[in-house]
Amino acid sequence: MEILQGSKKKCGAEPSHVDAPARLDLEQVRERLQEKRGPELWRSLDELAETPEFQDFLHREFPRHASEWQWGDGVSRRSFLQLASASLALAGLTACTRQPEEKIVPYVKQPEQIVPGRPLFFSTAVTLGGYAMGVLAESQMGRPIKIEGNPRHPASLGATDAYTQAAVLNLYDPERSQSLNHFGRMDTWEGFVSELNANLQALLPLGGEGLRLLTGTVTSPSLAASIQDILRRFPRARWHRWEAAGDHHTRKATASAFGRPVDCVYDFRRADVVVSLDSDVLTNGPGNVRYQRDFSERRRVRANRKEMNRLYAVESQISNTGTVADHRLQLSPVEVEAFALALAAELGVAAPAPGAAVTDAKTRTWVTTIAKDLQAHRGTSLVVADEHASPALQILAHGINQALGNVGSTVAVIEPVEADPVDHVASITELARDMNAGRVQTLVILDGVNPVYTAPVDLDFAQALQKVPLRIHHGLYQDETAEYCHWHIPAAHELESWGDARSFDGTVTLIQPLIEPLYEGKTALEVLAAFSGRTDATSYELVQQFWQGKIQGGAPEAGTGVVLTSSPDPDSAGSNATTTAAAQGNASTGATPATAATQGTAGAGAQPAAAAGGVDSGWRHALHSGVVPNTAAPRTGAAVNGGAVQQAAADIARAVAEARGAADRLTLLLRPDPTIYDGRFASNTWLQELPKPTTKLTWDNALLVAPATAQRLKLRHEETAEIEVEGRKLRTAVWVQPGMAENTALITLGYGRSRAGEIGSNHGFNAYAVRTSAGLWRHPGLQIRPLGERYVLASTQNHHLLESGAEEVPLASEEAQRRHVVRTGTLAEFIENPDFLKAEREAPEPGMTMYPPYKYEGHAWAMAIDLNVCTGCSACVVACQAENNIPVVGKQQVLAGREMHWLRIDRYFAGDMDEPVAHFQPVPCMHCENAPCEVVCPVAATVHSDEGLNDMVYNRCVGTRYCSNNCPYKVRRFNFFRYSDKSTPVMALLYNPDVTVRMRGVMEKCTYCVQRIEQAKIESKVDGEPIPVNRLQTACQQACPTQAIVFGDQNDPEWQVSQMKADPLNYGLLEEINTRPRTTYLAKLRNSVPELEALSAGAQPTAAERKEHGHA
Amino acid sequence: MATLEGGLPARTPKPFQVPVVAPGHTPATVTDQINNVILQRTPRWWILAFGGAFSLLMVFLIAVSTLFLRGVGIWGINIPVGWGFDIINFVWWIGIGHAGTLISAILLLLRQDWRTSINRFAEAMTLFAVACAGMYPLLHLGRPWLFYWLLPIPNTMGMWPQFRSPLIWDVFAVSTYATVSALFWFVGLIPDLATLRDHAKNKWLQRVFGLAAMGWRGSAQHWHNYETAYLLLAGLATPLVLSVHTVVSFDFSIGIVPGWHATIFPPYFVAGAIFAGFAMVLILAIPLRVAFGLEDFITERHLENMGKVMLATGLIVVYGYFTEFFFAYYSANHYERFTILNRVLGPYKLHWLGLIVCNALSIQFLWFRRVRTSPAWLFVISLFVSVGMWLERFVIIVMSLHRDFLPSSWGMYRGTIWDWATFIGTIGLFLTLFILFIRVLPAISGFEMRAIVPTSKKPGGEYTEAPAK
Repeated sequence: MEILQGSKKKCGAEPSHVDAPARLDLEQVRERLQEKRGPELWRSLDELAETPEFQDFLHREFPRHASEWQWGDGVSRRSFLQLASASLALAGLTACTRQPEEKIVPYVKQPEQIVPGRPLFFSTAVTLGGYAMGVLAESQMGRPIKIEGNPRHPASLGATDAYTQAAVLNLYDPERSQSLNHFGRMDTWEGFVSELNANLQALLPLGGEGLRLLTGTVTSPSLAASIQDILRRFPRARWHRWEAAGDHHTRKATASAFGRPVDCVYDFRRADVVVSLDSDVLTNGPGNVRYQRDFSERRRVRANRKEMNRLYAVESQISNTGTVADHRLQLSPVEVEAFALALAAELGVAAPAPGAAVTDAKTRTWVTTIAKDLQAHRGTSLVVADEHASPALQILAHGINQALGNVGSTVAVIEPVEADPVDHVASITELARDMNAGRVQTLVILDGVNPVYTAPVDLDFAQALQKVPLRIHHGLYQDETAEYCHWHIPAAHELESWGDARSFDGTVTLIQPLIEPLYEGKTALEVLAAFSGRTDATSYELVQQFWQGKIQGGAPEAGTGVVLTSSPDPDSAGSNATTTAAAQGNASTGATPATAATQGTAGAGAQPAAAAGGVDSGWRHALHSGVVPNTAAPRTGAAVNGGAVQQAAADIARAVAEARGAADRLTLLLRPDPTIYDGRFASNTWLQELPKPTTKLTWDNALLVAPATAQRLKLRHEETAEIEVEGRKLRTAVWVQPGMAENTALITLGYGRSRAGEIGSNHGFNAYAVRTSAGLWRHPGLQIRPLGERYVLASTQNHHLLESGAEEVPLASEEAQRRHVVRTGTLAEFIENPDFLKAEREAPEPGMTMYPPYKYEGHAWAMAIDLNVCTGCSACVVACQAENNIPVVGKQQVLAGREMHWLRIDRYFAGDMDEPVAHFQPVPCMHCENAPCEVVCPVAATVHSDEGLNDMVYNRCVGTRYCSNNCPYKVRRFNFFRYSDKSTPVMALLYNPDVTVRMRGVMEKCTYCVQRIEQAKIESKVDGEPIPVNRLQTACQQACPTQAIVFGDQNDPEWQVSQMKADPLNYGLLEEINTRPRTTYLAKLRNSVPELEALSAGAQPTAAERKEHGHA
Repeated sequence: MATLEGGLPARTPKPFQVPVVAPGHTPATVTDQINNVILQRTPRWWILAFGGAFSLLMVFLIAVSTLFLRGVGIWGINIPVGWGFDIINFVWWIGIGHAGTLISAILLLLRQDWRTSINRFAEAMTLFAVACAGMYPLLHLGRPWLFYWLLPIPNTMGMWPQFRSPLIWDVFAVSTYATVSALFWFVGLIPDLATLRDHAKNKWLQRVFGLAAMGWRGSAQHWHNYETAYLLLAGLATPLVLSVHTVVSFDFSIGIVPGWHATIFPPYFVAGAIFAGFAMVLILAIPLRVAFGLEDFITERHLENMGKVMLATGLIVVYGYFTEFFFAYYSANHYERFTILNRVLGPYKLHWLGLIVCNALSIQFLWFRRVRTSPAWLFVISLFVSVGMWLERFVIIVMSLHRDFLPSSWGMYRGTIWDWATFIGTIGLFLTLFILFIRVLPAISGFEMRAIVPTSKKPGGEYTEAPAK
């Protein structure tokens, strides 16, 4: 009872607590039992147990605790497990009373698709910020375990981003909301519906006055239609939108530039010259995976193809896009705008503004050089400024594109993809205002929008929310907003739901479930259906009804869409042999994926009547291919409005002049986090532990400042500081980051969450606390005060930077250069002499050994990684983690240097640490032919296969760690503790059954996805056919948006990897130590222009000079 | 048994030397003094010392229990530094374990009579140090319960160990060394155990010592067999002194890690081992001779000789350091050069400085005879050397690993509380065993001491009585 009382106190502490409905308590049970006498007691207990109250009590009491464990402060996961097992035990007690009549039977007729050990793939979509990424989700015996890109989908072309790779972990997240809650207590859907109906009855005569819906960006046609239905039924209801990391500036800019809401889609395949203005267009935004692919198509330089596009990046922070740029110019945000203005003036787009002119000689050269280059590539150039650039800058970019004839060529202007696009900031501001004014009676927050955490801080949303009499929250998690709501309805994960969504170019994908909802989750469609009285409608019916007759029949046209006409052939997108086979297997057996999915849930029956009739072939084909044909948004003829451009130019000129007047003014940049996005992935441990591309930080965000700025402001690395914006303060930790512009500080959103579960809460610093509706991405009035407390940040590269002095980063970078770790050159050098890199080659000639070299008969597996196209997006790292059951270890273990990623992406800086160039280098196991690890293992736990794999035999490993010590690439990972979660039951569903879950004390490392190799070999043996060329892919390769990673059989010259190995740009990492690595790299080339090359040539200081500068 | 042929120590001290036994002793006084240590009532200081050592042993128990329960993650090791205190301490202890056998076997063969009074406890020290050392390779395994996979045991899996790995060579080298050292020590004890049996008043003690003495009666045949066996074992042990640490050095020099991959390692390690071993003998002998009043047997001459050995081997070790520098320069190998520079200028530069102070500078005092004959000075210098040799292993293992080939993977290492607990715990084990040893077994070889007591010999060179009863 102490526990119960304790929890009551916690309940009482919840905001806006109102009287709970009468509930049976243990005391009451005891009293009731005491009323009974003698021998009757047992029978009475039986009877008692059958009363609804007692059933309810049993059902609710302990799960209620379990669901509340995350509210508590000191509750560990262990105690959660204890509670969970206690509730299981109590569930057993109900079983003692009466067993519900159920029958279990084995398959009488084995479902055709389900072969134990063979995966099924279903086309579906995973959304981020409303936009769909078409995927093929892998199901093993009804368990979704891995997500691959859908080669037919225009946003994916077979690849994914890191978020999509991690979506499957969200599905199984043990911290997901597991029950419908009313005032923090478990309730039922019926309970919710009855209260809702009562409420709606009252609202109906008023036309829905006071009814408000809040969603994120909605692209789903069926959801939008369903909302419109409600708005028709309740004409005075309002639909508000808030997508924290949505397209706020972009929407504003396009609306202004083109005169009406449109979307701009870029065609990087046509762009010879790209200018990126303060943007990370390649790894950010809904189309980024496709953009990376298209961009990389133009950068694949080979011996027989010596041309590439050119990318200029002008930016105030070091973005992934900046690292692949041929030339990178680092300017403060305002100066980037001045630069854009000067560029526009140079191109005759805007009038020159003397007050905002670019005076610096170097920047001047940049302006003229780029202008010349753009002029020379009219119609095949592209100037991009992404969401995080100011609307004015974006309008200017549109103006430049228009003037260069790029609009209609490299820029496709399409009808907006978002349903009913509105300004989200205005929308949520209005909602907050109305709530404060008491005009909102019922607020329904759908699909996990979390305004209490993410709304602009000036709205004081939490305060306003409490003035709403009925607040309903629907989401995957009981988050900050759920805490303030009366009702919380758990959402079904996308892998559990039927639905639809559009991708960045408008293409619709039908979302189909792979598994029954694990925790009685409801989709937004189902919640909305309850508003029109269809309380038991399933989302399957709703989606199907919506699409009834709307899908044009016939075989779906793969992946092209109408927007990006030059899309590649989807087959060359290279899908896994198994993938295609399984997907086609579905079609050929005539069953719809829907039924396959149903059977996949081991008879649970997601939708029994999928094929029962009324389903047209178009629906089936759309489900099967993952693309609803001819749904890409049509192009519009909209042209850029010159007046808007002039206005933007004037705005910029004024802003620049003003900013230049205030010397040393600090600017705060806010960005969605590269791994946990806007905070929604806070409890996703894969993403939490995924090193952020440029800082390599895990589990935290930090205030990034340039070395010089840190020195000036007396900020020290890994010490706290207080930032202040408009009087709002935030304590944060400082991370000195080369590549940041001076007087600019950047902090990412998504951290500092208070209700993201045991794992996701209380990491990092909540940057929403300083994010106002006027300064969504940038705020010029920043103040920083050092606080001087130590705050240790877990970075996977240069562990313990502070302890050894901040010389570490330059030193490591210099050493990396000296060791030719990342080999670079310019395109001009390559054209002049394709073998120019051979000068750096120090590898001993093969055959300089006393022993005859081993002859690899048959296959010789190898990998080549093209550094020229790697953007560091890190999708491969998560893909590897998902495929190979790689555990996460937590911040403390990362700090100790024990992260487990088999594939890491190394980041090196080159050049001046104040304005560096950065390189990314993915490092998996090199599978050395002379592997240093093998000879030193005392128990032969790591051995070489006859196909050249450096195999790791976990069962044999005793854990001496000698192999890791002797590995020059340090790719081996050791289970210092029992890192694999074998105790949380739901996590067991996640594991890939083809890969061993490693125990404590054994070494592990990249296997080249040996399970996939073996699968392909078995299939080839069964079919009697050789493994199809280029069809066997590793997980990292499959996820890579730029196809930088290529795996295959180097014995067969047909495989792409063999051609890459023969390329003059191919080199082995540390090849001078004669390990003869099987993984090799293609050197990174820059398509430099001589004018800018001359500028940077003198700017490479020597080590001694750099020391004198004394970078803090 | 008129003469002790073939190797027992020379009998007459050279006139200019301090005698190895103080004047005034007869064989009887020697015997009494050595036996009294064992047969007297337990002194209070012994109980205190034993209690202290045993407490440290309990620390070991806790550390190891935690280790087995939670895994090697409780230590500070990581990627890239896969070996830390575990292997540092292994090499440190095995180095210490070198002096005993060296004193016993090599000095026996070289007829250095001064060894007699220190060889017994030096041998015991060897055994205990090897015991401490031998545990680390087992404890450091990720799955220690599978340690026997390192042994060539026929099994159903048909798996042999991987004989190319230096760790397997370690298994053989260390286990052989431990076996031969134990045998050598025990064989040397037999005549003294018989003496103890005969002197013991207590029936139980008589029986225990009687069993241990294996029926020794001091007959000529016994002496003959004994001499032969002892010499053979000495001959066997001598190459082992050189081989064990050579093999241990292979753990590193076979690897490709810059800072490990060096041909100087075997001699450099052996010299270092003897250096560390003699330092430990001094650390033990100096308090011991005071505690048991054995100044007459462990004389200034012993101390001085050990100081000389320390100086000589220490200089070899310092030469090894210079060689590493030279070869880093001479090889023109960038990685080697960086590793050496990183030692001197990198984040662990204080460790390296400590190493130079302890191992290179502190021993320079040993050039002075006044220092070599001063127990206090020697004790302090020996402590320095012990710390220095520990730092040397830290420098070799941690500093080479923490910044090897790829700068992206550089890291730092620091021992955790459990690393220290395990280390202190093994010191506890060592001390416990040693303190038990000096209480229950003759820490000084009685029969050999009797043989070198000057008064025990007539001018004609014949013994007045048998060395042992």
